[in-house]
Amino acid sequence: MRNYFWLIPLFPLLGFILNGGFGLWQVARTGNRPAKPFVYCVACGSILLSLLLSLSCFIALLQLDPHDRVWEFELFSWIHGPALQTVTGDLANFHVSWGFQLDPLSAVMILVVTGVGFLIHVYSIGYMADEEEGFYRFFAYMNLFMFMMLTLVLANNYLLMFVGWEGVGLCSYLLIGYYIDKKSAGDAAKKAFVVNRIGDFAFIIGMLMIFTYFGSLDFTEVFDGVEEMFPTPETLWGPLCWIALLLFIGAAGKSAQIPLFVWLPDAMEGPTPVSALIHAATMVTAGVYMVARSSAIYSRAPDVLFIVAVVGICTALLAASIAMFQQDIKRVLAYSTVSQLGYMFAALGVGAAAAGIFHLMTHAFFKALLFLGSGSVIAALHHEQDMRKMGGLKKYLPRTWWTMGIATLAIAGVPGLAGFFSKDEILWRSFSNPEGHLVFWLVGVLVAGMTAFYMMRMMFLTFHGEERLSPEVASHVHESPSVMTVPLVILAVGSVFVGYLGLPAWLGLGPNVFEQFLEPAFETSYHGAGESVHAAHSTEILLTLVSVALAGLGIYLAYQFFLKHKEKAARLRERFSGLHSIIYNKYYVDEAYDFLFVSGGTGWGRFFGAKNWGRFLSAFDNNVVDGAVNNSAAMTKFVAWVSGRVDIHFVDRIVNLVAETFEFFSTVLRKIQTGLVQRYALFFVIGIILVISFYLYMGV
Amino acid sequence: MSFFMENILTIVCFFPLLGVVLIVLWPRREGQEDAVRWIANIVAFIGFLISLPLITLFNDAQYIDADTGMRFVIRANWIDAIGAQYSLGIDGISMLLILLTTLMGFIAILSSWSAIKERVREYYCYFLLLQVGMLGVFMALDFFLFYVFWEVMLVPMYFIIGVWGGPRKLYAAIKFFLYTLAGSVLLLLGILALYFYHHSVTGVWSFDILAMQQLGIPADLQWWIFLALFLGFAIKVPMFPFHTWLPDAHVEAPTAGSVILAAILLKMGTYGFVRLSLPILPQASMDFLKFLLVLCVIGIIYGALVAMMQQDMKKLVAYSSVSHLGFCMLGVFIATPVALEGGILQMINHGISTGALFLIVGIIYERRHTRMIADFGGLSQNMPVFAVVFLIMTLSSIGMPALNGFIGEYMVLQGVFADPVYRLWAVFGAVGIVLGAAYMLWFYQRVMFGPLDNPENQNLSDLNLREVATFVPLIILAFWIGLYPNTFLDYLHEPVNQIVERVRPGEFSPLPAQAVVRE
Repeated sequence: MRNYFWLIPLFPLLGFILNGGFGLWQVARTGNRPAKPFVYCVACGSILLSLLLSLSCFIALLQLDPHDRVWEFELFSWIHGPALQTVTGDLANFHVSWGFQLDPLSAVMILVVTGVGFLIHVYSIGYMADEEEGFYRFFAYMNLFMFMMLTLVLANNYLLMFVGWEGVGLCSYLLIGYYIDKKSAGDAAKKAFVVNRIGDFAFIIGMLMIFTYFGSLDFTEVFDGVEEMFPTPETLWGPLCWIALLLFIGAAGKSAQIPLFVWLPDAMEGPTPVSALIHAATMVTAGVYMVARSSAIYSRAPDVLFIVAVVGICTALLAASIAMFQQDIKRVLAYSTVSQLGYMFAALGVGAAAAGIFHLMTHAFFKALLFLGSGSVIAALHHEQDMRKMGGLKKYLPRTWWTMGIATLAIAGVPGLAGFFSKDEILWRSFSNPEGHLVFWLVGVLVAGMTAFYMMRMMFLTFHGEERLSPEVASHVHESPSVMTVPLVILAVGSVFVGYLGLPAWLGLGPNVFEQFLEPAFETSYHGAGESVHAAHSTEILLTLVSVALAGLGIYLAYQFFLKHKEKAARLRERFSGLHSIIYNKYYVDEAYDFLFVSGGTGWGRFFGAKNWGRFLSAFDNNVVDGAVNNSAAMTKFVAWVSGRVDIHFVDRIVNLVAETFEFFSTVLRKIQTGLVQRYALFFVIGIILVISFYLYMGV
Repeated sequence: MSFFMENILTIVCFFPLLGVVLIVLWPRREGQEDAVRWIANIVAFIGFLISLPLITLFNDAQYIDADTGMRFVIRANWIDAIGAQYSLGIDGISMLLILLTTLMGFIAILSSWSAIKERVREYYCYFLLLQVGMLGVFMALDFFLFYVFWEVMLVPMYFIIGVWGGPRKLYAAIKFFLYTLAGSVLLLLGILALYFYHHSVTGVWSFDILAMQQLGIPADLQWWIFLALFLGFAIKVPMFPFHTWLPDAHVEAPTAGSVILAAILLKMGTYGFVRLSLPILPQASMDFLKFLLVLCVIGIIYGALVAMMQQDMKKLVAYSSVSHLGFCMLGVFIATPVALEGGILQMINHGISTGALFLIVGIIYERRHTRMIADFGGLSQNMPVFAVVFLIMTLSSIGMPALNGFIGEYMVLQGVFADPVYRLWAVFGAVGIVLGAAYMLWFYQRVMFGPLDNPENQNLSDLNLREVATFVPLIILAFWIGLYPNTFLDYLHEPVNQIVERVRPGEFSPLPAQAVVRE
């Protein structure tokens, strides 16, 4: 296994080349699309192979001693550059290899990616069945995405990770913009890419710093270097803090955290399986993975960890508050994703990377399920996404209803389901860890309650209560085919049981297995002060009860407002209409960004916005920079004109004067030359007389 | 064979003249245009093929000049009265650029097949002549010869823009000619100053470029010469604020003209800095560094912002060139080994991706006779192959990892960042990466995505086989450099180390033993 795990990303790549290349070739040659069964067999088959290989690698990894569970494999030397000076004054060759690394952390990631990814691929066969033009394109992009995502999590150095990082961004761009004739889709795709690029900008600077400090980009060497150069945590604004902060900005871009979260809700323009795969289960968690991977760095930069935790918990709160008021079913889920990612970052920020990854895994299951379920609803309603036009769908879509119901309960934190274990682990850690704080816990619990509220609201509005369907839609509503519902069922099973991999210690069934498994991946982290407060299990149980109670309250309120007494919700909305409209409009963050960074405004507002700058500089370029060139040309022309005049009237005048003098004399002389022989004879005689007189006069 | 190998540089350089002669001699009858096209294409293709041994035999000890380390050196007396020599020779840097030139020259000629309908004969003659000039510049080891080739390039390009160009072709052609000529004059002054200084030190009249490197010119004289050369090269690159001839020349030039202009002609300036300014005037290069970096960074950000707001596709790509070349020059001027290699690689990358982008614009222009972005939208629906090619080249241009642009940009940034004094300039430079994505993707989106609602666009045909063939080598190269840049970097280590050793003596020595010389 050890020498073959690098094949895991390769299968999807082959699938991409086969589907994309062959499909394009066929379209170009014959104008026909490749046969659908061929396309989806290749696409799903390649992912299945990856999944199987991932599983067997995982099993092989399990059989090793926990501290030997790191496999590295260098495929080839990627960039072999010359020497660079590091900060220590040593020379280090700029060498980056195309190398992979499998350790418990990446093992968890590949299992999530290939497992959930495979189910979503299968689901897509049904969901995309009506697509004609884009069927092969869709699956080719999906496979490319899987390749990039697997490269990202298997890379053994930052630069290769960045290949996957940008690659998943590209696929996200292509898949958000999948419906190419929709302008909003294109806009959303571009927005996603550009906002991500802002994060990538910081990521790149972070990598520059890493190499300059540690002379390598390989994880093992960097983390060893960190341990060596920074044995104890760093004070504020030291180099390690900067590295951590820059990487975190990169992560915030990819994982949609404040202030870069704005692209994710718009990304819902893509087909729903894309939202499930890329914008819920896998790609958006890349930032979490990256920060967890770098915990050797983060654990030594406590101030940055604090920032991570604050940003995470604030994002969780902000997004949850927005999600409570959204009408579009996918946007509720999108904000919910942002919020849950916030949780994961909060976990990383309080030094509980394992808990964050645990939540990442459980979230992948239930959030993918929620998206796929919503896709099933949307497909049944002919692309209706507005929850105001749904309601009472339970009887039409029974399977979708119960599977989504399980996912909703899981994300709401109902005891016994996956989300409960992972979320409570995070909440407990944010309270008990030395980096944690009571405030983190309080906000976290509040968000848990809000989550339960908005998720149940979504369920009630969609599946319960009176039917608000338009008549022509209502006549066609049907449950999705089993190629779509079977993945839902499997994910539902996962949403129930996957949490049992990480049962908390207070249950008395031994230590948390999941965290134990991940532990070697965080070996190089700083553990000096890291003894968590050994609060009694009773405290933990008490806190858990509080969070469960809040989730229950959220569910109860949602039931009251959206099923039982709908007028109450309306009344409240009217009473706080100002606040409601602010939140409903997502705090006007998009508008503010557009004003500050893109379009700017008029008057003084023109100072803001890249477009205004572009316009201003274009004019500047035309009028000033090029103007200078053209003016100097005009100036030259003017000087040339002046000198031309001078030339004609003065210089040439002198030349002409000479000529004219000669001309004058020649006219005079011409008169003499008459051609009459007698007159020549006369001149001749006169001449002789003059000569003789001259000589006589001189007295020779 | 041995005659061929001994004179390979001369042969590669002047081979296009064979095409000129054939075309001139070809019977001037109606309907012979296709024959002329075939001749030009075949000659250009063979020209590319015969340049290939430069790679394969590059490290063959037989062709390495023992004194200088230059390859395939040819020396002959030329104008004895002034000491000018006919001396050619290449190192890794010029080898890559020569290969780029022969390849792009062929692609440009291939792409003109259906675009040029008038004065076909003259068009191809000028193109082949241009090729000679460009190749000569990259090969010359004698300043006088260098200058001759440098000026030889100007004339055919002037005619290509002025005769086969767009509506304002005369304005653009004259602007191009005069602007670059102004630079050339200053360059000549610089060359003469070096020439006389060389005589005053050694007593020998010589234009030998390599000998100039050993002069040890005093700092104040270096500064003056540097400024003269700087203006000559900066106009050619073009660096901000000397760039305004470029958009005009690109907009008016025929497609192939733009391709060559972007891919090769602009590299003359960057090459001049690498080959001449840095090693001959190391002190001045370092003294002016801050000023130069400011210009580069302004160029990167300014070019990107201006590109964002362009309505004309060619102008957009032209301004993106200003931005990309800012990256290139950033790497060259900072002159740490990694950055310099990145900068040189970025020259190649820019040649590939911007050359391809001009081809792409040309392909739409040929079908629709407009280049206004607003006239398009949704083209990916009826031109799927074109959409893929365009996407790959867009990504290559914005520095998508695993494609060529990323390697160059990252190496430049890493190299700049490694200099403790100028670390922050890497951060400013990196802003260009964000802006690059913004303007290129917006460009791509407006042309390829969205509804296909303009009736005139609905019947556009996808790429034909010839058009695909023009892109295939570029796409292969883009991936090759992105995935395995070592093939190219290997040729750069040795010359780059030499240059760095002159500009930053001792800072990077002892040099790691990695100059690849195969047995």
